[in-house]
Amino acid sequence: MTMDVNNFEDMNDTNNKNLTIRLFNVNKRYGGKFALKGINLDIEQGEFIFISGPSGAGKSTLLKVLYLAEKVSEGQILIEGMNLARISSSKLPFLRRRFGMVFQDFKLIPNRTVYENVALVLEAAGAKSSFVKKKVMQVLRTVGMDKKFKALPPTLSGGEQQRVAVARAVVGDPSIILADEPTGSLDSKSAQLILDFLMEYHKKGATVLIASHNLHLLQSTVRGRNVEISEGTINRTATML
Amino acid sequence: MTHFVKKALADIRLNRFLNLITIITISLSILVVSVFLLFFENASRVIESWNQGGRAMIYLKSDFSLDMLPDLKAKINALGDIDDMVFISKTQAIDKLKKEMSSRTTFLETLNENPLPDALEIRIKTYNSFEEVQKFAQSIKKIEIVEEVEYGQGWLGKFLKIFNLFKITGYGMCTLFFLIALFITANTVRLAFYSRKIEVEVMRLVGATETFIKAPFYVEGLLQGFFGGILGLMVLLITYLSVSSGIDQSLASYIYFDIRFLSLKIILLIIFGSTFLGWFGCYLSLKQILK
Repeated sequence: MTMDVNNFEDMNDTNNKNLTIRLFNVNKRYGGKFALKGINLDIEQGEFIFISGPSGAGKSTLLKVLYLAEKVSEGQILIEGMNLARISSSKLPFLRRRFGMVFQDFKLIPNRTVYENVALVLEAAGAKSSFVKKKVMQVLRTVGMDKKFKALPPTLSGGEQQRVAVARAVVGDPSIILADEPTGSLDSKSAQLILDFLMEYHKKGATVLIASHNLHLLQSTVRGRNVEISEGTINRTATML
Repeated sequence: MTHFVKKALADIRLNRFLNLITIITISLSILVVSVFLLFFENASRVIESWNQGGRAMIYLKSDFSLDMLPDLKAKINALGDIDDMVFISKTQAIDKLKKEMSSRTTFLETLNENPLPDALEIRIKTYNSFEEVQKFAQSIKKIEIVEEVEYGQGWLGKFLKIFNLFKITGYGMCTLFFLIALFITANTVRLAFYSRKIEVEVMRLVGATETFIKAPFYVEGLLQGFFGGILGLMVLLITYLSVSSGIDQSLASYIYFDIRFLSLKIILLIIFGSTFLGWFGCYLSLKQILK
Protein backbone atom coordinates (compact mmCIF):
# COMPACT_ATOMS: atom_id res chain seq x y z
CA MET A 1 0.00 0.00 0.00
CA THR A 2 1.43 3.38 -0.97
CA MET A 3 1.11 6.31 1.34
CA ASP A 4 1.47 10.03 1.04
CA VAL A 5 2.76 11.98 4.01
CA ASN A 6 -0.09 14.46 3.51
CA ASN A 7 -2.84 11.90 4.03
CA PHE A 8 -0.88 9.88 6.58
CA GLU A 9 -3.13 10.84 9.44
CA ASP A 10 -6.32 10.10 7.55
CA MET A 11 -7.20 6.69 8.88
CA ASN A 12 -10.86 7.02 8.11
CA ASP A 13 -10.85 7.24 4.34
CA THR A 14 -12.53 4.47 2.37
CA ASN A 15 -9.35 2.48 1.86
CA ASN A 16 -8.17 2.57 5.47
CA LYS A 17 -11.49 2.28 7.31
CA ASN A 18 -10.47 -0.23 9.94
CA LEU A 19 -6.87 0.75 10.53
CA THR A 20 -5.75 0.70 14.13
CA ILE A 21 -1.98 1.07 13.72
CA ARG A 22 -0.10 2.84 10.93
CA LEU A 23 3.66 3.23 10.66
CA PHE A 24 5.02 5.62 8.06
CA ASN A 25 8.71 5.62 7.05
CA VAL A 26 9.77 4.74 10.58
CA ASN A 27 13.46 4.73 11.34
CA LYS A 28 15.04 3.95 14.66
CA ARG A 29 18.75 4.45 15.11
CA TYR A 30 20.99 3.62 18.04
CA GLY A 31 24.05 5.73 17.43
CA GLY A 32 24.63 5.39 13.71
CA LYS A 33 23.15 1.91 13.44
CA PHE A 34 19.61 1.37 12.18
CA ALA A 35 17.43 -0.88 14.34
CA LEU A 36 14.44 -0.08 12.13
CA LYS A 37 14.71 1.32 8.63
CA GLY A 38 11.92 2.67 6.45
CA ILE A 39 9.12 0.73 8.12
CA ASN A 40 5.73 1.24 6.49
CA LEU A 41 3.01 -0.89 7.95
CA ASP A 42 -0.76 -0.71 8.29
CA ILE A 43 -2.53 -2.96 10.76
CA GLU A 44 -6.27 -3.31 10.74
CA GLN A 45 -8.40 -3.55 13.81
CA GLY A 46 -8.72 -7.16 15.04
CA GLU A 47 -5.78 -8.45 13.01
CA PHE A 48 -3.42 -11.13 14.32
CA ILE A 49 0.09 -10.14 13.30
CA PHE A 50 3.24 -12.18 13.68
CA ILE A 51 6.43 -10.25 13.55
CA SER A 52 9.07 -12.79 12.74
CA GLY A 53 12.74 -12.68 12.04
CA PRO A 54 16.06 -13.70 13.51
CA SER A 55 17.44 -12.33 16.80
CA GLY A 56 18.47 -8.70 16.43
CA ALA A 57 16.23 -8.18 13.41
CA GLY A 58 14.32 -5.35 15.14
CA LYS A 59 11.17 -7.19 16.27
CA SER A 60 11.33 -5.98 19.89
CA THR A 61 12.26 -2.45 18.78
CA LEU A 62 9.22 -2.38 16.52
CA LEU A 63 6.97 -3.19 19.49
CA LYS A 64 8.82 -0.72 21.71
CA VAL A 65 8.24 2.21 19.35
CA LEU A 66 4.54 1.36 19.33
CA TYR A 67 4.08 1.76 23.09
CA LEU A 68 6.63 4.58 23.21
CA ALA A 69 9.21 2.81 25.32
CA GLU A 70 11.48 4.08 22.54
CA LYS A 71 11.00 7.14 20.35
CA VAL A 72 11.40 6.87 16.62
CA SER A 73 14.34 8.67 15.03
CA GLU A 74 12.35 9.53 11.90
CA GLY A 75 8.89 8.79 10.59
CA GLN A 76 5.48 8.76 12.20
CA ILE A 77 3.19 6.35 13.96
CA LEU A 78 -0.55 6.50 14.40
CA ILE A 79 -2.30 4.42 17.03
CA GLU A 80 -6.10 4.48 16.91
CA GLY A 81 -5.96 7.93 15.37
CA MET A 82 -3.37 9.36 17.76
CA ASN A 83 -0.10 10.57 16.29
CA LEU A 84 2.60 9.39 18.72
CA ALA A 85 4.85 12.32 17.79
CA ARG A 86 2.25 14.69 19.23
CA ILE A 87 1.48 12.79 22.42
CA SER A 88 2.31 14.84 25.49
CA SER A 89 3.88 13.12 28.49
CA SER A 90 0.67 13.65 30.45
CA LYS A 91 -1.35 11.78 27.80
CA LEU A 92 1.15 8.92 27.43
CA PRO A 93 -0.30 6.82 30.31
CA PHE A 94 -3.73 6.93 28.67
CA LEU A 95 -2.26 5.71 25.39
CA ARG A 96 -0.48 2.86 27.15
CA ARG A 97 -3.72 1.76 28.78
CA ARG A 98 -4.94 0.81 25.32
CA PHE A 99 -2.13 -1.74 25.12
CA GLY A 100 -1.68 -5.00 26.90
CA MET A 101 1.99 -5.85 26.89
CA VAL A 102 3.83 -9.09 27.42
CA PHE A 103 7.50 -8.37 27.81
CA GLN A 104 10.31 -10.66 26.81
CA ASP A 105 11.77 -10.50 30.32
CA PHE A 106 8.26 -10.57 31.89
CA LYS A 107 8.87 -7.37 33.90
CA LEU A 108 7.11 -8.70 36.97
CA ILE A 109 7.72 -6.79 40.19
CA PRO A 110 9.69 -9.25 42.31
CA ASN A 111 8.51 -8.13 45.74
CA ARG A 112 4.82 -7.91 44.81
CA THR A 113 2.58 -10.93 44.78
CA VAL A 114 1.10 -12.41 41.63
CA TYR A 115 -2.20 -10.75 42.51
CA GLU A 116 -0.58 -7.34 43.07
CA ASN A 117 1.36 -7.56 39.82
CA VAL A 118 -1.79 -8.17 37.80
CA ALA A 119 -3.93 -5.75 39.81
CA LEU A 120 -1.48 -2.90 39.14
CA VAL A 121 -2.89 -2.33 35.64
CA LEU A 122 -6.42 -1.80 36.92
CA GLU A 123 -5.32 0.20 39.95
CA ALA A 124 -3.30 2.50 37.71
CA ALA A 125 -6.42 3.04 35.61
CA GLY A 126 -8.33 3.99 38.77
CA ALA A 127 -10.63 0.96 38.94
CA LYS A 128 -12.59 0.27 42.13
CA SER A 129 -11.01 -2.27 44.45
CA SER A 130 -14.04 -4.59 44.39
CA PHE A 131 -13.85 -4.71 40.59
CA VAL A 132 -10.08 -5.18 40.67
CA LYS A 133 -10.39 -8.15 43.03
CA LYS A 134 -13.05 -9.85 40.92
CA LYS A 135 -11.40 -9.21 37.57
CA VAL A 136 -7.86 -10.17 38.63
CA MET A 137 -8.97 -13.47 40.15
CA GLN A 138 -11.02 -14.20 37.07
CA VAL A 139 -8.05 -13.67 34.73
CA LEU A 140 -5.69 -15.59 37.02
CA ARG A 141 -8.15 -18.48 36.98
CA THR A 142 -8.13 -18.45 33.17
CA VAL A 143 -4.34 -18.73 33.01
CA GLY A 144 -4.31 -21.28 35.83
CA MET A 145 -2.52 -19.09 38.35
CA ASP A 146 -5.38 -18.39 40.77
CA LYS A 147 -4.05 -20.81 43.36
CA LYS A 148 -0.72 -19.03 43.43
CA PHE A 149 -2.08 -15.51 43.67
CA LYS A 150 -0.15 -14.86 46.88
CA ALA A 151 3.17 -16.12 45.50
CA LEU A 152 6.05 -13.82 44.69
CA PRO A 153 7.34 -14.00 41.09
CA PRO A 154 10.86 -15.23 41.96
CA THR A 155 9.31 -18.35 43.53
CA LEU A 156 7.55 -19.24 40.25
CA SER A 157 8.86 -21.19 37.27
CA GLY A 158 9.53 -19.41 33.95
CA GLY A 159 6.30 -20.72 32.50
CA GLU A 160 4.29 -19.57 35.50
CA GLN A 161 5.87 -16.13 35.36
CA GLN A 162 4.99 -15.94 31.67
CA ARG A 163 1.36 -16.79 32.47
CA VAL A 164 1.26 -14.03 35.09
CA ALA A 165 2.75 -11.63 32.54
CA VAL A 166 0.04 -12.57 30.04
CA ALA A 167 -2.66 -12.22 32.71
CA ARG A 168 -1.37 -8.71 33.44
CA ALA A 169 -1.41 -7.87 29.73
CA VAL A 170 -5.05 -8.78 29.25
CA VAL A 171 -6.60 -7.85 32.59
CA GLY A 172 -7.43 -4.34 31.42
CA ASP A 173 -9.26 -5.64 28.30
CA PRO A 174 -6.91 -3.72 25.98
CA SER A 175 -7.75 -3.11 22.35
CA ILE A 176 -4.19 -3.95 21.27
CA ILE A 177 -2.03 -6.71 22.71
CA LEU A 178 1.72 -6.58 22.10
CA ALA A 179 3.64 -9.71 23.01
CA ASP A 180 7.40 -9.95 22.76
CA GLU A 181 8.47 -13.60 22.56
CA PRO A 182 5.54 -14.75 24.70
CA THR A 183 6.44 -18.40 24.22
CA GLY A 184 10.18 -17.92 24.26
CA SER A 185 11.01 -19.67 27.51
CA LEU A 186 8.13 -22.12 27.53
CA ASP A 187 7.76 -25.79 26.73
CA SER A 188 5.38 -26.57 23.89
CA LYS A 189 2.41 -27.31 26.20
CA SER A 190 2.75 -24.00 28.12
CA ALA A 191 3.39 -22.12 24.87
CA GLN A 192 0.18 -23.57 23.44
CA LEU A 193 -1.75 -22.46 26.51
CA ILE A 194 -0.48 -18.90 26.14
CA LEU A 195 -1.28 -18.81 22.41
CA ASP A 196 -4.78 -20.17 23.01
CA PHE A 197 -5.28 -17.51 25.59
CA LEU A 198 -4.13 -14.71 23.27
CA MET A 199 -6.34 -16.14 20.52
CA GLU A 200 -9.31 -15.89 22.84
CA TYR A 201 -8.71 -12.17 23.20
CA HIS A 202 -8.18 -11.87 19.46
CA LYS A 203 -11.61 -13.46 18.92
CA LYS A 204 -13.08 -10.89 21.28
CA GLY A 205 -11.85 -8.21 18.87
CA ALA A 206 -8.39 -7.27 20.15
CA THR A 207 -5.59 -6.57 17.70
CA VAL A 208 -2.69 -8.88 18.57
CA LEU A 209 0.94 -8.39 17.58
CA ILE A 210 3.33 -11.17 18.50
CA ALA A 211 7.05 -10.81 17.97
CA SER A 212 8.67 -14.22 17.87
CA HIS A 213 11.41 -16.14 16.18
CA ASN A 214 9.42 -19.35 16.67
CA LEU A 215 7.16 -18.95 13.65
CA HIS A 216 6.51 -22.68 13.22
CA LEU A 217 4.74 -22.91 16.57
CA LEU A 218 2.67 -19.85 15.75
CA GLN A 219 1.77 -21.10 12.28
CA SER A 220 0.55 -24.40 13.64
CA THR A 221 -1.81 -22.65 15.99
CA VAL A 222 -3.18 -19.44 14.59
CA ARG A 223 -3.99 -17.74 11.36
CA GLY A 224 -2.91 -14.21 10.71
CA ARG A 225 -0.45 -12.04 8.87
CA ASN A 226 3.25 -12.63 9.08
CA VAL A 227 5.50 -9.60 8.88
CA GLU A 228 9.03 -10.76 8.34
CA ILE A 229 11.76 -8.44 9.50
CA SER A 230 15.41 -8.64 8.79
CA GLU A 231 18.07 -6.08 9.73
CA GLY A 232 15.42 -3.53 10.65
CA THR A 233 13.48 -3.63 7.40
CA ILE A 234 10.33 -5.48 6.40
CA ASN A 235 11.34 -8.26 4.01
CA ARG A 236 7.84 -9.41 3.19
CA THR A 237 4.34 -9.66 4.58
CA ALA A 238 2.25 -12.76 3.99
CA THR A 239 -1.13 -13.97 5.12
CA MET A 240 -0.96 -17.36 6.79
CA LEU A 241 -3.98 -19.51 6.20
CA MET B 1 -6.24 7.90 48.77
CA THR B 2 -6.79 4.74 50.83
CA HIS B 3 -4.92 2.85 48.13
CA PHE B 4 -1.91 5.17 48.42
CA VAL B 5 -1.88 5.02 52.23
CA LYS B 6 -2.08 1.21 52.15
CA LYS B 7 0.70 1.10 49.58
CA ALA B 8 2.86 3.51 51.57
CA LEU B 9 2.34 1.46 54.75
CA ALA B 10 3.23 -1.71 52.84
CA ASP B 11 6.39 -0.04 51.55
CA ILE B 12 7.30 1.13 55.05
CA ARG B 13 6.87 -2.47 56.26
CA LEU B 14 8.96 -3.69 53.36
CA ASN B 15 11.80 -1.25 54.07
CA ARG B 16 11.40 -1.33 57.85
CA PHE B 17 14.98 -0.61 58.79
CA LEU B 18 15.44 2.31 56.39
CA ASN B 19 12.17 3.88 57.46
CA LEU B 20 12.93 3.36 61.13
CA ILE B 21 16.26 5.15 60.74
CA THR B 22 14.53 8.06 59.00
CA ILE B 23 11.80 8.31 61.62
CA ILE B 24 14.43 8.25 64.40
CA THR B 25 16.47 10.95 62.63
CA ILE B 26 13.41 13.14 62.21
CA SER B 27 12.43 12.54 65.83
CA LEU B 28 15.91 13.53 67.03
CA SER B 29 15.75 16.74 65.02
CA ILE B 30 12.28 17.43 66.34
CA LEU B 31 13.53 16.69 69.84
CA VAL B 32 16.32 19.28 69.53
CA VAL B 33 13.92 21.88 68.13
CA SER B 34 11.33 21.07 70.80
CA VAL B 35 13.88 21.35 73.62
CA PHE B 36 14.76 24.83 72.41
CA LEU B 37 11.11 25.77 72.08
CA LEU B 38 10.37 24.40 75.55
CA PHE B 39 13.23 26.40 76.97
CA PHE B 40 12.25 29.60 75.16
CA GLU B 41 8.59 29.29 76.10
CA ASN B 42 9.38 28.78 79.77
CA ALA B 43 12.22 31.31 79.90
CA SER B 44 10.03 33.96 78.26
CA ARG B 45 7.30 33.32 80.77
CA VAL B 46 9.72 33.46 83.69
CA ILE B 47 11.21 36.71 82.39
CA GLU B 48 7.74 38.18 82.03
CA SER B 49 6.88 37.11 85.55
CA TRP B 50 10.09 38.67 86.85
CA ASN B 51 9.05 41.81 85.11
CA GLN B 52 5.79 41.50 87.04
CA GLY B 53 3.56 41.61 84.09
CA GLY B 54 4.42 44.86 82.36
CA ARG B 55 5.05 46.86 85.47
CA ALA B 56 7.05 50.09 85.41
CA MET B 57 7.92 52.74 88.01
CA ILE B 58 8.00 56.36 86.85
CA TYR B 59 10.18 58.51 89.09
CA LEU B 60 9.39 62.20 88.92
CA LYS B 61 11.65 65.24 89.15
CA SER B 62 11.95 67.10 92.45
CA ASP B 63 10.01 70.10 91.11
CA PHE B 64 6.91 67.94 90.66
CA SER B 65 3.81 69.15 92.48
CA LEU B 66 0.47 67.41 92.95
CA ASP B 67 -1.38 69.83 90.68
CA MET B 68 0.67 68.48 87.78
CA LEU B 69 -0.63 64.95 88.42
CA PRO B 70 -3.87 65.02 86.30
CA ASP B 71 -1.97 66.42 83.33
CA LEU B 72 0.81 63.86 83.74
CA LYS B 73 -1.67 60.97 84.01
CA ALA B 74 -3.41 62.16 80.87
CA LYS B 75 -0.10 62.32 79.00
CA ILE B 76 0.86 58.78 80.09
CA ASN B 77 -2.60 57.41 79.26
CA ALA B 78 -2.32 58.93 75.83
CA LEU B 79 0.88 56.99 75.19
CA GLY B 80 -0.63 53.53 75.66
CA ASP B 81 -3.15 51.23 77.21
CA ILE B 82 -2.62 51.47 80.97
CA ASP B 83 -4.27 48.92 83.20
CA ASP B 84 -3.46 50.50 86.52
CA MET B 85 -1.79 53.75 87.61
CA VAL B 86 -0.99 54.50 91.26
CA PHE B 87 0.66 57.65 92.52
CA ILE B 88 3.13 57.08 95.33
CA SER B 89 4.21 60.29 96.95
CA LYS B 90 7.71 60.50 98.36
CA THR B 91 6.21 60.61 101.86
CA GLN B 92 4.27 57.39 101.25
CA ALA B 93 7.39 55.83 99.81
CA ILE B 94 9.62 56.64 102.76
CA ASP B 95 6.93 55.53 105.23
CA LYS B 96 6.61 52.23 103.43
CA LEU B 97 10.36 51.80 103.34
CA LYS B 98 10.69 52.63 107.03
CA LYS B 99 8.01 50.10 107.84
CA GLU B 100 9.69 47.39 105.80
CA MET B 101 13.18 48.12 107.15
CA SER B 102 12.26 48.82 110.75
CA SER B 103 13.34 45.45 112.06
CA ARG B 104 16.70 45.57 110.27
CA THR B 105 17.99 49.12 110.63
CA THR B 106 17.23 52.44 112.22
CA PHE B 107 19.23 54.33 109.60
CA LEU B 108 16.13 55.71 107.89
CA GLU B 109 14.93 57.22 111.19
CA THR B 110 18.03 59.42 111.28
CA LEU B 111 17.41 61.03 107.90
CA ASN B 112 16.63 64.75 108.01
CA GLU B 113 15.45 64.95 104.48
CA ASN B 114 13.41 62.50 102.37
CA PRO B 115 15.74 61.37 99.53
CA LEU B 116 13.02 59.49 97.67
CA PRO B 117 11.22 60.99 94.66
CA ASP B 118 7.51 61.07 93.93
CA ALA B 119 6.57 58.18 91.71
CA LEU B 120 3.87 56.63 89.60
CA GLU B 121 3.52 52.87 89.40
CA ILE B 122 1.90 51.74 86.18
CA ARG B 123 0.91 48.40 84.69
CA ILE B 124 0.57 48.14 80.96
CA LYS B 125 -2.62 46.42 79.91
CA THR B 126 -1.64 44.69 76.68
CA TYR B 127 1.97 43.86 76.13
CA ASN B 128 3.60 40.80 74.58
CA SER B 129 7.22 41.20 75.40
CA PHE B 130 9.80 42.95 77.46
CA GLU B 131 10.69 44.94 74.35
CA GLU B 132 7.22 46.46 74.33
CA VAL B 133 7.55 47.55 77.94
CA GLN B 134 10.96 48.98 77.10
CA LYS B 135 9.59 50.93 74.15
CA PHE B 136 6.71 52.25 76.19
CA ALA B 137 9.02 53.27 79.03
CA GLN B 138 11.24 55.17 76.64
CA SER B 139 8.31 57.20 75.37
CA ILE B 140 7.26 58.02 78.97
CA LYS B 141 10.79 59.18 79.72
CA LYS B 142 10.41 61.90 77.12
CA ILE B 143 7.78 63.65 79.27
CA GLU B 144 9.47 66.65 80.81
CA ILE B 145 8.64 66.07 84.48
CA VAL B 146 9.78 62.45 84.38
CA GLU B 147 13.21 61.84 85.86
CA GLU B 148 13.60 58.13 85.34
CA VAL B 149 11.58 55.08 84.33
CA GLU B 150 12.46 51.80 85.97
CA TYR B 151 11.20 48.63 84.31
CA GLY B 152 13.95 46.15 85.06
CA GLN B 153 16.23 47.41 82.36
CA GLY B 154 19.29 46.84 84.51
CA TRP B 155 20.10 43.19 85.17
CA LEU B 156 16.97 41.96 83.39
CA GLY B 157 17.98 43.86 80.28
CA LYS B 158 21.44 42.30 80.40
CA PHE B 159 19.95 38.89 80.99
CA LEU B 160 17.68 39.43 78.02
CA LYS B 161 20.63 40.23 75.80
CA ILE B 162 22.19 36.88 76.72
CA PHE B 163 18.82 35.22 76.31
CA ASN B 164 18.43 36.69 72.84
CA LEU B 165 21.92 35.55 71.90
CA PHE B 166 20.94 32.07 73.05
CA LYS B 167 17.78 32.39 71.00
CA ILE B 168 19.78 33.12 67.84
CA THR B 169 22.00 30.10 68.58
CA GLY B 170 18.81 28.09 69.04
CA TYR B 171 17.46 29.20 65.68
CA GLY B 172 20.77 28.27 64.09
CA MET B 173 20.76 24.82 65.69
CA CYS B 174 17.12 24.26 64.71
CA THR B 175 17.88 25.20 61.09
CA LEU B 176 20.89 22.90 61.08
CA PHE B 177 18.91 19.95 62.45
CA PHE B 178 16.06 20.70 60.06
CA LEU B 179 18.49 20.56 57.14
CA ILE B 180 20.04 17.31 58.43
CA ALA B 181 16.58 15.72 58.79
CA LEU B 182 15.62 17.01 55.35
CA PHE B 183 18.77 15.59 53.81
CA ILE B 184 18.22 12.19 55.42
CA THR B 185 14.52 12.09 54.47
CA ALA B 186 15.35 13.01 50.89
CA ASN B 187 17.98 10.27 50.78
CA THR B 188 15.62 7.67 52.22
CA VAL B 189 13.10 8.50 49.52
CA ARG B 190 15.86 8.31 46.93
CA LEU B 191 16.92 4.86 48.20
CA ALA B 192 13.28 3.73 48.34
CA PHE B 193 12.82 4.96 44.78
CA TYR B 194 15.86 3.14 43.47
CA SER B 195 14.87 -0.04 45.31
CA ARG B 196 11.54 0.20 43.49
CA LYS B 197 12.95 1.19 40.13
CA ILE B 198 11.54 -1.89 38.38
CA GLU B 199 8.16 -1.23 39.94
CA VAL B 200 8.19 2.37 38.76
CA GLU B 201 9.22 1.29 35.27
CA VAL B 202 6.45 -1.32 35.11
CA MET B 203 3.92 1.18 36.45
CA ARG B 204 4.80 3.58 33.66
CA LEU B 205 4.58 0.87 31.02
CA VAL B 206 1.12 -0.26 32.14
CA GLY B 207 -0.24 3.29 32.00
CA ALA B 208 0.16 4.68 35.50
CA THR B 209 0.18 8.47 35.69
CA GLU B 210 3.04 10.32 37.38
CA THR B 211 0.67 11.22 40.23
CA PHE B 212 -0.14 7.53 40.75
CA ILE B 213 3.58 6.70 40.81
CA LYS B 214 4.62 9.56 43.08
CA ALA B 215 1.72 9.54 45.55
CA PRO B 216 2.88 6.54 47.64
CA PHE B 217 6.32 8.16 48.03
CA TYR B 218 4.72 11.39 49.22
CA VAL B 219 2.44 9.54 51.63
CA GLU B 220 5.49 7.64 52.90
CA GLY B 221 7.34 10.94 53.43
CA LEU B 222 4.35 12.46 55.22
CA LEU B 223 4.00 9.41 57.47
CA GLN B 224 7.72 9.41 58.26
CA GLY B 225 7.54 13.09 59.17
CA PHE B 226 4.37 12.66 61.22
CA PHE B 227 5.62 9.67 63.20
CA GLY B 228 9.04 11.29 63.62
CA GLY B 229 7.35 14.36 65.11
CA ILE B 230 5.18 12.29 67.44
CA LEU B 231 8.16 10.20 68.58
CA GLY B 232 10.31 13.30 69.21
CA LEU B 233 7.56 14.94 71.24
CA MET B 234 6.93 11.76 73.21
CA VAL B 235 10.60 11.54 74.18
CA LEU B 236 10.49 15.20 75.19
CA LEU B 237 7.32 14.67 77.24
CA ILE B 238 8.78 11.68 79.09
CA THR B 239 11.99 13.61 79.79
CA TYR B 240 9.99 16.66 80.85
CA LEU B 241 7.82 14.66 83.26
CA SER B 242 10.79 13.00 84.89
CA VAL B 243 12.92 16.16 85.13
CA SER B 244 10.41 18.96 85.77
CA SER B 245 9.19 17.71 89.17
CA GLY B 246 12.78 17.72 90.46
CA ILE B 247 13.41 21.26 89.22
CA ASP B 248 10.12 22.48 90.68
CA GLN B 249 10.95 21.12 94.10
CA SER B 250 14.52 22.42 94.22
CA LEU B 251 13.88 25.88 92.84
CA ALA B 252 10.36 26.67 93.95
CA SER B 253 11.54 27.80 97.37
CA TYR B 254 13.98 30.34 95.88
CA ILE B 255 12.27 31.89 92.90
CA TYR B 256 9.09 31.79 90.90
CA PHE B 257 9.80 28.98 88.48
CA ASP B 258 6.81 27.28 86.94
CA ILE B 259 7.98 24.97 84.13
CA ARG B 260 5.22 24.05 81.74
CA PHE B 261 5.21 21.68 78.78
CA LEU B 262 4.77 23.07 75.27
CA SER B 263 1.40 24.62 74.54
CA LEU B 264 -1.05 22.75 72.30
CA LYS B 265 -0.49 25.34 69.60
CA ILE B 266 3.27 24.70 69.59
CA ILE B 267 2.75 20.91 69.71
CA LEU B 268 0.48 21.07 66.65
CA LEU B 269 2.96 23.38 64.94
CA ILE B 270 5.81 20.93 65.59
CA ILE B 271 3.80 17.98 64.24
CA PHE B 272 2.80 20.01 61.20
CA GLY B 273 6.45 21.07 60.74
CA SER B 274 7.79 17.52 60.93
CA THR B 275 5.09 16.25 58.55
CA PHE B 276 5.99 19.04 56.15
CA LEU B 277 9.64 18.07 56.54
CA GLY B 278 8.83 14.53 55.40
CA TRP B 279 6.86 15.81 52.45
CA PHE B 280 9.48 18.37 51.47
CA GLY B 281 12.30 15.79 51.61
CA CYS B 282 10.26 13.59 49.31
CA TYR B 283 9.49 16.50 46.98
CA LEU B 284 13.16 17.47 46.65
CA SER B 285 14.22 13.90 46.05
CA LEU B 286 11.57 13.08 43.45
CA LYS B 287 12.13 16.38 41.70
CA GLN B 288 15.78 15.52 41.31
CA ILE B 289 15.23 11.87 40.31
CA LEU B 290 12.37 12.43 37.87
CA LYS B 291 13.66 15.57 36.17
